[in-house]
Amino acid sequence: MDWSWLPEYGPKFIGGIWITIQLMVYSLIMGMSLAVPIGLVQVAGPRVLSWLALAFCTVIRGTPLLIQLWLIYYGIGSLFPYMEGIRESWLWPILREAFPYAIFAFTISVAGYAGEVMRAGFAGVPKGELEAARAMGMRPFTVLRRIWLPRAVQNVMPTLANECVFTLKSTPLAATITVFDVFGVGTMVRQETYKIYEPLLFVAGIYILMTGVIVLLFRWLENRVPRPRVSSGA
Amino acid sequence: MTDQTPITAKDDTTSAVLVQNLHKNFGDLEVLKGVSLDAHQGDVVSIIGASGSGKSTFLRCINLLELPSAGDIIVAGEAVRFHPPRPDGNREPSDKRQVERLRTQLGMVFQSFNLWAHMTVMQNVIEAPVHVLKIPKAEARDRAEAILERVGLIDKRDQYPAFLSGGQQQRAAIARALAMEPKVMLFDEPTSALDPELVGEVLRVIQDLAEERRTMILVTHEMAFARDVSSHVMFLHQGLVEEEGTPEQVFTNATSERCRAFVQTVGR
Repeated sequence: MDWSWLPEYGPKFIGGIWITIQLMVYSLIMGMSLAVPIGLVQVAGPRVLSWLALAFCTVIRGTPLLIQLWLIYYGIGSLFPYMEGIRESWLWPILREAFPYAIFAFTISVAGYAGEVMRAGFAGVPKGELEAARAMGMRPFTVLRRIWLPRAVQNVMPTLANECVFTLKSTPLAATITVFDVFGVGTMVRQETYKIYEPLLFVAGIYILMTGVIVLLFRWLENRVPRPRVSSGA
Repeated sequence: MTDQTPITAKDDTTSAVLVQNLHKNFGDLEVLKGVSLDAHQGDVVSIIGASGSGKSTFLRCINLLELPSAGDIIVAGEAVRFHPPRPDGNREPSDKRQVERLRTQLGMVFQSFNLWAHMTVMQNVIEAPVHVLKIPKAEARDRAEAILERVGLIDKRDQYPAFLSGGQQQRAAIARALAMEPKVMLFDEPTSALDPELVGEVLRVIQDLAEERRTMILVTHEMAFARDVSSHVMFLHQGLVEEEGTPEQVFTNATSERCRAFVQTVGR
Protein backbone atom coordinates (compact mmCIF):
# COMPACT_ATOMS: atom_id res chain seq x y z
CA MET A 1 0.00 0.00 0.00
CA ASP A 2 1.23 3.42 -0.88
CA TRP A 3 -0.33 6.45 0.83
CA SER A 4 2.31 8.98 -0.20
CA TRP A 5 -0.24 10.82 -2.38
CA LEU A 6 -2.44 11.63 0.60
CA PRO A 7 -0.77 14.85 1.87
CA GLU A 8 -0.84 16.35 -1.60
CA TYR A 9 -4.55 15.69 -2.13
CA GLY A 10 -5.65 16.33 1.46
CA PRO A 11 -7.05 19.82 0.81
CA LYS A 12 -8.96 18.56 -2.26
CA PHE A 13 -10.54 15.82 -0.16
CA ILE A 14 -11.61 18.32 2.44
CA GLY A 15 -13.29 20.30 -0.32
CA GLY A 16 -14.90 17.10 -1.61
CA ILE A 17 -16.21 16.16 1.81
CA TRP A 18 -17.71 19.61 2.14
CA ILE A 19 -19.47 19.24 -1.24
CA THR A 20 -20.77 15.79 -0.23
CA ILE A 21 -22.13 17.18 3.06
CA GLN A 22 -23.81 20.04 1.22
CA LEU A 23 -25.36 17.68 -1.34
CA MET A 24 -26.75 15.53 1.44
CA VAL A 25 -27.91 18.21 3.87
CA TYR A 26 -29.56 20.50 1.28
CA SER A 27 -31.38 17.61 -0.41
CA LEU A 28 -32.51 16.20 2.93
CA ILE A 29 -33.81 19.52 4.23
CA MET A 30 -35.66 20.41 1.03
CA GLY A 31 -36.73 16.83 0.32
CA MET A 32 -38.16 16.35 3.81
CA SER A 33 -40.04 19.65 3.64
CA LEU A 34 -41.71 18.30 0.50
CA ALA A 35 -42.18 14.83 1.99
CA VAL A 36 -44.38 16.14 4.82
CA PRO A 37 -47.15 17.54 2.58
CA ILE A 38 -46.73 14.62 0.13
CA GLY A 39 -47.31 12.15 2.95
CA LEU A 40 -50.09 14.19 4.55
CA VAL A 41 -52.27 14.67 1.48
CA GLN A 42 -52.21 10.93 0.86
CA VAL A 43 -53.71 10.36 4.30
CA ALA A 44 -55.98 13.37 4.73
CA GLY A 45 -55.95 15.42 1.55
CA PRO A 46 -58.48 15.91 -1.22
CA ARG A 47 -58.57 13.02 -3.68
CA VAL A 48 -56.88 14.91 -6.55
CA LEU A 49 -53.88 15.90 -4.43
CA SER A 50 -53.68 12.46 -2.90
CA TRP A 51 -53.61 10.91 -6.36
CA LEU A 52 -50.95 13.36 -7.59
CA ALA A 53 -48.76 12.64 -4.57
CA LEU A 54 -49.09 8.90 -5.10
CA ALA A 55 -48.21 9.28 -8.79
CA PHE A 56 -45.16 11.38 -7.90
CA CYS A 57 -43.90 8.85 -5.35
CA THR A 58 -44.46 5.97 -7.78
CA VAL A 59 -42.54 7.63 -10.62
CA ILE A 60 -39.64 8.73 -8.41
CA ARG A 61 -39.35 5.37 -6.69
CA GLY A 62 -39.88 3.47 -9.90
CA THR A 63 -37.01 4.97 -11.90
CA PRO A 64 -33.25 4.84 -11.22
CA LEU A 65 -31.83 7.95 -9.61
CA LEU A 66 -29.00 7.99 -12.17
CA ILE A 67 -31.50 8.33 -15.01
CA GLN A 68 -33.37 11.10 -13.17
CA LEU A 69 -30.11 12.93 -12.58
CA TRP A 70 -29.03 12.68 -16.22
CA LEU A 71 -32.44 13.65 -17.54
CA ILE A 72 -32.41 16.71 -15.32
CA TYR A 73 -28.82 17.77 -16.03
CA TYR A 74 -28.23 16.71 -19.65
CA GLY A 75 -31.89 17.01 -20.60
CA ILE A 76 -33.47 20.00 -18.90
CA GLY A 77 -30.11 21.62 -18.20
CA SER A 78 -29.19 21.65 -21.88
CA LEU A 79 -32.37 23.48 -22.83
CA PHE A 80 -31.67 26.56 -20.71
CA PRO A 81 -28.83 28.01 -22.83
CA TYR A 82 -31.20 28.29 -25.79
CA MET A 83 -33.72 30.38 -23.88
CA GLU A 84 -33.83 34.00 -24.89
CA GLY A 85 -31.89 36.32 -22.58
CA ILE A 86 -31.12 33.67 -19.99
CA ARG A 87 -27.38 34.18 -20.19
CA GLU A 88 -27.84 37.80 -19.14
CA SER A 89 -30.23 36.99 -16.27
CA TRP A 90 -29.31 36.55 -12.60
CA LEU A 91 -30.25 32.87 -12.89
CA TRP A 92 -27.45 32.04 -15.28
CA PRO A 93 -24.62 31.69 -12.73
CA ILE A 94 -26.80 29.09 -10.99
CA LEU A 95 -28.06 27.30 -14.10
CA ARG A 96 -24.66 26.81 -15.68
CA GLU A 97 -23.31 24.95 -12.63
CA ALA A 98 -23.85 21.21 -12.20
CA PHE A 99 -24.29 21.43 -8.42
CA PRO A 100 -27.86 22.87 -8.44
CA TYR A 101 -29.04 20.11 -10.80
CA ALA A 102 -27.63 17.48 -8.44
CA ILE A 103 -29.38 19.12 -5.48
CA PHE A 104 -32.63 19.24 -7.43
CA ALA A 105 -32.43 15.57 -8.46
CA PHE A 106 -31.57 14.40 -4.93
CA THR A 107 -34.28 16.60 -3.44
CA ILE A 108 -37.09 15.08 -5.50
CA SER A 109 -35.66 11.64 -4.80
CA VAL A 110 -35.77 12.24 -1.04
CA ALA A 111 -39.26 13.73 -1.43
CA GLY A 112 -40.47 10.62 -3.26
CA TYR A 113 -39.07 8.08 -0.84
CA ALA A 114 -39.60 10.02 2.39
CA GLY A 115 -43.07 11.08 1.18
CA GLU A 116 -44.05 7.44 1.24
CA VAL A 117 -42.42 7.00 4.65
CA MET A 118 -44.30 10.01 6.03
CA ARG A 119 -47.58 8.69 4.62
CA ALA A 120 -47.11 5.57 6.72
CA GLY A 121 -46.02 7.71 9.67
CA PHE A 122 -49.12 9.91 9.56
CA ALA A 123 -51.41 6.91 9.08
CA GLY A 124 -49.83 5.15 12.04
CA VAL A 125 -50.70 7.78 14.65
CA PRO A 126 -53.57 6.43 16.79
CA LYS A 127 -56.82 8.15 15.86
CA GLY A 128 -57.64 8.61 19.54
CA GLU A 129 -54.65 10.87 20.11
CA LEU A 130 -55.80 13.18 17.31
CA GLU A 131 -59.33 13.05 18.65
CA ALA A 132 -58.09 14.01 22.11
CA ALA A 133 -56.32 17.00 20.57
CA ARG A 134 -59.47 18.14 18.79
CA ALA A 135 -61.52 17.57 21.93
CA MET A 136 -59.24 20.03 23.75
CA GLY A 137 -60.23 22.73 21.24
CA MET A 138 -57.11 22.62 19.08
CA ARG A 139 -57.37 24.01 15.57
CA PRO A 140 -56.53 21.60 12.75
CA PHE A 141 -53.17 23.27 12.13
CA THR A 142 -52.28 23.13 15.83
CA VAL A 143 -53.19 19.44 15.89
CA LEU A 144 -50.86 18.88 12.94
CA ARG A 145 -47.99 20.95 14.33
CA ARG A 146 -48.12 19.83 17.94
CA ILE A 147 -49.45 16.26 17.80
CA TRP A 148 -49.81 14.65 14.38
CA LEU A 149 -46.48 15.60 12.76
CA PRO A 150 -44.21 14.97 15.78
CA ARG A 151 -45.95 11.65 16.45
CA ALA A 152 -45.63 10.64 12.79
CA VAL A 153 -41.94 11.52 12.73
CA GLN A 154 -41.43 9.58 15.95
CA ASN A 155 -43.12 6.56 14.36
CA VAL A 156 -40.81 6.50 11.36
CA MET A 157 -37.57 7.75 12.89
CA PRO A 158 -35.60 4.52 12.19
CA THR A 159 -36.79 4.54 8.58
CA LEU A 160 -35.83 8.19 8.21
CA ALA A 161 -32.35 7.40 9.53
CA ASN A 162 -32.07 4.82 6.80
CA GLU A 163 -33.30 7.39 4.29
CA CYS A 164 -30.48 9.75 5.29
CA VAL A 165 -27.83 7.05 4.93
CA PHE A 166 -29.35 6.10 1.58
CA THR A 167 -29.16 9.73 0.44
CA LEU A 168 -25.53 9.97 1.49
CA LYS A 169 -24.74 6.87 -0.55
CA SER A 170 -26.50 8.36 -3.57
CA THR A 171 -24.39 11.51 -3.63
CA PRO A 172 -21.47 9.94 -5.57
CA LEU A 173 -23.78 9.92 -8.58
CA ALA A 174 -23.25 13.67 -8.70
CA ALA A 175 -19.67 12.96 -9.83
CA THR A 176 -21.14 11.73 -13.12
CA ILE A 177 -22.32 15.25 -13.89
CA THR A 178 -18.96 16.87 -13.01
CA VAL A 179 -19.64 17.73 -9.36
CA PHE A 180 -16.43 17.26 -7.38
CA ASP A 181 -17.72 15.55 -4.27
CA VAL A 182 -15.50 13.30 -2.18
CA PHE A 183 -16.00 10.45 -4.64
CA GLY A 184 -15.12 12.73 -7.55
CA VAL A 185 -11.89 13.73 -5.82
CA GLY A 186 -11.09 10.06 -5.28
CA THR A 187 -11.59 9.38 -8.96
CA MET A 188 -9.31 12.26 -9.84
CA VAL A 189 -6.61 10.85 -7.54
CA ARG A 190 -6.89 7.47 -9.23
CA GLN A 191 -6.52 9.00 -12.67
CA GLU A 192 -3.57 11.17 -11.75
CA THR A 193 -1.58 8.70 -9.60
CA TYR A 194 -2.54 5.38 -11.24
CA LYS A 195 -3.31 4.03 -7.76
CA ILE A 196 -6.48 1.94 -7.73
CA TYR A 197 -7.24 0.62 -4.28
CA GLU A 198 -5.82 3.17 -1.87
CA PRO A 199 -8.05 6.09 -3.00
CA LEU A 200 -11.10 3.82 -3.10
CA LEU A 201 -10.45 2.54 0.42
CA PHE A 202 -9.84 6.05 1.65
CA VAL A 203 -13.13 7.30 0.15
CA ALA A 204 -14.98 4.28 1.53
CA GLY A 205 -13.59 5.04 4.98
CA ILE A 206 -14.88 8.60 4.76
CA TYR A 207 -18.38 7.36 3.90
CA ILE A 208 -18.30 4.97 6.85
CA LEU A 209 -17.37 7.81 9.20
CA MET A 210 -20.16 10.01 7.84
CA THR A 211 -22.66 7.18 8.15
CA GLY A 212 -21.54 6.68 11.75
CA VAL A 213 -22.29 10.33 12.50
CA ILE A 214 -25.79 10.00 10.99
CA VAL A 215 -26.50 6.82 12.95
CA LEU A 216 -25.37 8.40 16.23
CA LEU A 217 -27.41 11.54 15.57
CA PHE A 218 -30.57 9.53 14.98
CA ARG A 219 -29.95 7.30 17.98
CA TRP A 220 -29.82 10.44 20.07
CA LEU A 221 -33.02 11.76 18.47
CA GLU A 222 -34.84 8.46 19.00
CA ASN A 223 -33.78 8.24 22.64
CA ARG A 224 -35.18 11.65 23.43
CA VAL A 225 -38.54 9.88 23.83
CA PRO A 226 -37.72 6.69 25.72
CA ARG A 227 -39.69 3.52 25.08
CA PRO A 228 -40.17 0.58 27.39
CA ARG A 229 -37.77 -2.22 26.43
CA VAL A 230 -40.51 -4.83 26.56
CA SER A 231 -43.76 -3.77 24.92
CA SER A 232 -46.27 -3.22 27.69
CA GLY A 233 -49.83 -4.33 27.11
CA ALA A 234 -51.53 -0.96 26.97
CA MET B 1 -88.30 21.65 17.14
CA THR B 2 -90.43 19.08 18.90
CA ASP B 3 -89.94 18.80 22.63
CA GLN B 4 -90.79 15.45 24.11
CA THR B 5 -89.19 16.14 27.49
CA PRO B 6 -90.28 18.67 30.10
CA ILE B 7 -86.91 20.41 30.18
CA THR B 8 -88.36 23.68 28.92
CA ALA B 9 -89.64 24.30 32.43
CA LYS B 10 -86.08 24.83 33.65
CA ASP B 11 -84.11 28.03 33.27
CA ASP B 12 -81.69 27.61 30.35
CA THR B 13 -79.09 29.99 31.69
CA THR B 14 -78.27 27.72 34.60
CA SER B 15 -77.74 24.70 32.36
CA ALA B 16 -74.09 23.84 31.88
CA VAL B 17 -75.03 21.51 29.05
CA LEU B 18 -78.46 21.33 27.48
CA VAL B 19 -79.15 18.85 24.71
CA GLN B 20 -82.54 18.76 23.09
CA ASN B 21 -83.98 15.99 20.98
CA LEU B 22 -80.67 14.78 19.54
CA HIS B 23 -80.70 12.49 16.52
CA LYS B 24 -77.73 10.79 14.89
CA ASN B 25 -77.44 8.54 11.84
CA PHE B 26 -74.66 6.27 10.73
CA GLY B 27 -75.71 5.69 7.16
CA ASP B 28 -79.21 4.23 7.27
CA LEU B 29 -78.86 3.30 10.91
CA GLU B 30 -80.36 5.78 13.35
CA VAL B 31 -78.39 5.32 16.56
CA LEU B 32 -79.91 8.25 18.44
CA LYS B 33 -83.61 8.86 18.04
CA GLY B 34 -84.20 11.99 20.05
CA VAL B 35 -82.25 12.08 23.29
CA SER B 36 -82.33 15.08 25.60
CA LEU B 37 -80.25 15.96 28.61
CA ASP B 38 -80.06 18.91 30.93
CA ALA B 39 -77.02 19.11 33.19
CA HIS B 40 -76.99 22.02 35.59
CA GLN B 41 -74.00 23.37 37.43
CA GLY B 42 -72.89 20.71 39.92
CA ASP B 43 -74.93 17.89 38.42
CA VAL B 44 -73.43 14.45 37.92
CA VAL B 45 -75.34 12.71 35.14
CA SER B 46 -74.62 9.05 34.50
CA ILE B 47 -75.62 7.44 31.24
CA ILE B 48 -75.98 3.66 31.36
CA GLY B 49 -77.17 1.09 28.88
CA ALA B 50 -76.09 -1.94 26.88
CA SER B 51 -73.38 -1.57 24.25
CA GLY B 52 -74.97 -0.31 21.07
CA SER B 53 -77.56 1.70 22.98
CA GLY B 54 -75.96 4.92 21.69
CA LYS B 55 -74.65 6.22 25.00
CA SER B 56 -71.07 6.84 23.84
CA THR B 57 -72.28 8.34 20.58
CA PHE B 58 -74.52 10.68 22.54
CA LEU B 59 -71.61 11.82 24.70
CA ARG B 60 -69.39 12.30 21.65
CA CYS B 61 -72.07 14.43 19.99
CA ILE B 62 -71.95 16.87 22.90
CA ASN B 63 -68.44 18.03 21.98
CA LEU B 64 -69.03 17.44 18.27
CA LEU B 65 -66.63 14.53 17.85
CA GLU B 66 -69.68 13.01 16.18
CA LEU B 67 -71.96 15.14 14.06
CA PRO B 68 -75.64 14.97 15.02
CA SER B 69 -78.30 14.90 12.32
CA ALA B 70 -80.87 16.86 14.30
CA GLY B 71 -81.38 18.47 17.69
CA ASP B 72 -79.85 21.29 19.68
CA ILE B 73 -76.68 21.38 21.75
CA ILE B 74 -76.33 24.31 24.11
CA VAL B 75 -73.14 24.68 26.13
CA ALA B 76 -73.16 27.31 28.87
CA GLY B 77 -76.06 29.07 27.20
CA GLU B 78 -74.46 29.10 23.74
CA ALA B 79 -76.18 27.04 21.04
CA VAL B 80 -73.99 25.25 18.49
CA ARG B 81 -74.73 26.58 15.02
CA PHE B 82 -75.08 24.05 12.21
CA HIS B 83 -75.08 23.98 8.43
CA PRO B 84 -78.06 22.33 6.74
CA PRO B 85 -77.76 18.51 6.73
CA ARG B 86 -75.24 16.85 4.40
CA PRO B 87 -76.34 14.09 1.99
CA ASP B 88 -75.69 11.50 4.73
CA GLY B 89 -78.11 13.36 7.00
CA ASN B 90 -75.56 14.65 9.53
CA ARG B 91 -74.87 18.31 10.02
CA GLU B 92 -71.50 20.08 10.02
CA PRO B 93 -71.14 22.93 12.50
CA SER B 94 -71.17 26.21 10.57
CA ASP B 95 -68.70 27.96 12.84
CA LYS B 96 -65.51 25.93 13.45
CA ARG B 97 -64.13 28.57 15.82
CA GLN B 98 -67.26 28.33 17.93
CA VAL B 99 -66.85 24.56 18.19
CA GLU B 100 -63.19 24.94 19.18
CA ARG B 101 -64.17 27.50 21.82
CA LEU B 102 -66.96 25.33 23.24
CA ARG B 103 -64.66 22.29 23.34
CA THR B 104 -62.31 24.13 25.69
CA GLN B 105 -65.21 24.17 28.16
CA LEU B 106 -65.90 20.46 27.81
CA GLY B 107 -63.13 18.31 29.29
CA MET B 108 -63.20 14.89 27.64
CA VAL B 109 -61.83 11.67 29.14
CA PHE B 110 -61.68 8.69 26.78
CA GLN B 111 -61.94 4.98 27.37
CA SER B 112 -58.50 4.42 25.84
CA PHE B 113 -56.86 7.41 27.61
CA ASN B 114 -55.44 8.83 24.35
CA LEU B 115 -52.50 10.52 26.02
CA TRP B 116 -50.00 11.95 23.54
CA ALA B 117 -47.24 9.38 23.52
CA HIS B 118 -44.45 11.74 22.48
CA MET B 119 -44.94 13.93 25.54
CA THR B 120 -44.33 13.47 29.25
CA VAL B 121 -47.24 13.60 31.67
CA MET B 122 -46.43 17.24 32.43
CA GLN B 123 -46.22 18.12 28.74
CA ASN B 124 -49.55 16.39 28.13
CA VAL B 125 -51.19 18.42 30.88
CA ILE B 126 -49.84 21.85 29.86
CA GLU B 127 -50.16 21.30 26.08
CA ALA B 128 -53.68 22.61 25.53
CA PRO B 129 -53.57 25.35 28.18
CA VAL B 130 -50.42 26.72 26.50
CA HIS B 131 -51.31 26.19 22.84
CA VAL B 132 -55.08 26.67 22.94
CA LEU B 133 -55.76 28.98 25.88
CA LYS B 134 -52.37 30.74 25.39
CA ILE B 135 -51.57 30.65 29.10
CA PRO B 136 -47.89 31.39 29.86
CA LYS B 137 -45.90 28.18 30.25
CA ALA B 138 -44.74 28.86 33.81
CA GLU B 139 -48.28 29.53 34.97
CA ALA B 140 -49.60 26.44 33.19
CA ARG B 141 -46.89 24.39 34.85
CA ASP B 142 -47.79 25.67 38.31
CA ARG B 143 -51.42 24.82 37.74
CA ALA B 144 -50.52 21.43 36.30
CA GLU B 145 -48.48 20.58 39.39
CA ALA B 146 -51.42 21.30 41.65
CA ILE B 147 -53.69 19.12 39.49
CA LEU B 148 -51.17 16.27 39.28
CA GLU B 149 -50.82 16.45 43.05
CA ARG B 150 -54.57 15.94 43.35
CA VAL B 151 -54.72 12.93 41.06
CA GLY B 152 -51.67 11.46 42.80
CA LEU B 153 -49.26 11.64 39.87
CA ILE B 154 -46.89 14.41 40.86
CA ASP B 155 -43.97 11.98 41.05
CA LYS B 156 -44.75 10.74 37.52
CA ARG B 157 -44.79 14.17 35.89
CA ASP B 158 -41.65 13.57 33.83
CA GLN B 159 -42.57 10.05 32.74
CA TYR B 160 -43.81 9.16 29.27
CA PRO B 161 -47.25 7.51 29.05
CA ALA B 162 -45.81 4.18 27.86
CA PHE B 163 -44.17 3.77 31.27
CA LEU B 164 -47.40 4.22 33.25
CA SER B 165 -50.03 1.68 34.25
CA GLY B 166 -53.49 1.99 32.75
CA GLY B 167 -54.85 3.53 35.93
CA GLN B 168 -52.04 6.08 36.01
CA GLN B 169 -52.56 6.90 32.35
CA GLN B 170 -56.25 7.51 32.90
CA ARG B 171 -55.56 9.73 35.92
CA ALA B 172 -53.08 11.66 33.77
CA ALA B 173 -55.78 12.00 31.11
CA ILE B 174 -58.19 13.34 33.73
CA ALA B 175 -55.52 15.82 34.83
CA ARG B 176 -55.04 16.87 31.21
CA ALA B 177 -58.77 17.57 30.87
CA LEU B 178 -58.95 19.38 34.24
CA ALA B 179 -56.06 21.66 33.27
CA MET B 180 -58.37 23.45 30.82
CA GLU B 181 -60.64 24.34 33.76
CA PRO B 182 -63.66 23.15 31.81
CA LYS B 183 -67.22 23.93 32.82
CA VAL B 184 -68.22 20.30 32.32
CA MET B 185 -66.30 17.04 32.36
CA LEU B 186 -67.30 14.29 29.91
CA PHE B 187 -66.25 10.74 30.74
CA ASP B 188 -66.59 8.05 28.06
CA GLU B 189 -66.39 4.71 29.87
CA PRO B 190 -63.28 5.82 31.76
CA THR B 191 -62.64 2.47 33.45
CA SER B 192 -63.66 0.02 30.72
CA ALA B 193 -60.13 -0.47 29.38
CA LEU B 194 -58.59 -1.00 32.82
CA ASP B 195 -57.55 -4.14 34.64
CA PRO B 196 -60.01 -4.71 37.52
CA GLU B 197 -57.47 -3.88 40.22
CA LEU B 198 -56.83 -0.45 38.63
CA VAL B 199 -60.46 0.63 38.37
CA GLY B 200 -60.66 1.82 41.98
CA GLU B 201 -57.91 4.44 41.74
CA VAL B 202 -59.62 6.08 38.76
CA LEU B 203 -63.09 5.97 40.30
CA ARG B 204 -61.72 7.59 43.46
CA VAL B 205 -60.45 10.54 41.42
CA ILE B 206 -63.82 10.91 39.68
CA GLN B 207 -65.60 10.65 43.03
CA ASP B 208 -63.43 13.47 44.41
CA LEU B 209 -64.49 15.62 41.49
CA ALA B 210 -68.13 14.79 42.12
CA GLU B 211 -67.78 15.71 45.77
CA GLU B 212 -66.46 19.14 44.93
CA ARG B 213 -69.64 19.61 42.87
CA ARG B 214 -68.02 19.58 39.46
CA THR B 215 -70.48 19.22 36.60
CA MET B 216 -69.96 15.85 34.97
CA ILE B 217 -71.56 13.63 32.36
CA LEU B 218 -70.44 10.07 32.68
CA VAL B 219 -70.96 7.08 30.41
CA THR B 220 -70.20 4.03 32.51
CA HIS B 221 -70.68 0.34 33.16
CA GLU B 222 -69.84 0.74 36.85
CA MET B 223 -73.37 0.53 38.24
CA ALA B 224 -72.49 0.75 41.92
CA PHE B 225 -70.37 3.79 41.22
CA ALA B 226 -73.04 5.48 39.09
CA ARG B 227 -75.51 4.91 41.90
CA ASP B 228 -73.17 6.47 44.47
CA VAL B 229 -72.00 9.60 42.69
CA SER B 230 -74.83 10.54 40.35
CA SER B 231 -77.48 13.15 40.85
CA HIS B 232 -79.29 11.91 37.76
CA VAL B 233 -79.16 8.63 35.83
CA MET B 234 -80.26 7.97 32.25
CA PHE B 235 -80.82 4.47 30.89
CA LEU B 236 -80.50 4.38 27.10
CA HIS B 237 -81.95 1.64 24.96
CA GLN B 238 -81.71 1.58 21.16
CA GLY B 239 -81.14 5.29 20.87
CA LEU B 240 -83.89 6.40 23.23
CA VAL B 241 -84.06 7.29 26.91
CA GLU B 242 -85.93 4.31 28.36
CA GLU B 243 -85.71 5.35 31.99
CA GLU B 244 -84.30 8.31 33.87
CA GLY B 245 -84.38 9.93 37.24
CA THR B 246 -82.58 9.85 40.55
CA PRO B 247 -80.27 6.86 41.17
CA GLU B 248 -82.94 5.35 43.49
CA GLN B 249 -85.57 5.64 40.81
CA VAL B 250 -83.48 4.00 38.10
CA PHE B 251 -81.73 1.39 40.21
CA THR B 252 -84.57 0.30 42.51
CA ASN B 253 -87.89 1.58 41.20
CA ALA B 254 -87.49 1.48 37.44
CA THR B 255 -90.76 1.34 35.57
CA SER B 256 -89.10 -0.13 32.51
CA GLU B 257 -88.76 -3.90 32.63
CA ARG B 258 -85.68 -3.72 30.42
CA CYS B 259 -84.00 -1.23 32.74
CA ARG B 260 -84.63 -3.42 35.78
CA ALA B 261 -83.22 -6.45 33.98
CA PHE B 262 -80.16 -4.51 32.82
CA VAL B 263 -79.41 -3.10 36.24
CA GLN B 264 -79.74 -6.54 37.79
CA THR B 265 -77.49 -8.39 35.34
CA VAL B 266 -74.78 -5.72 35.13
CA GLY B 267 -75.22 -4.44 38.66
CA ARG B 268 -73.12 -6.83 40.64
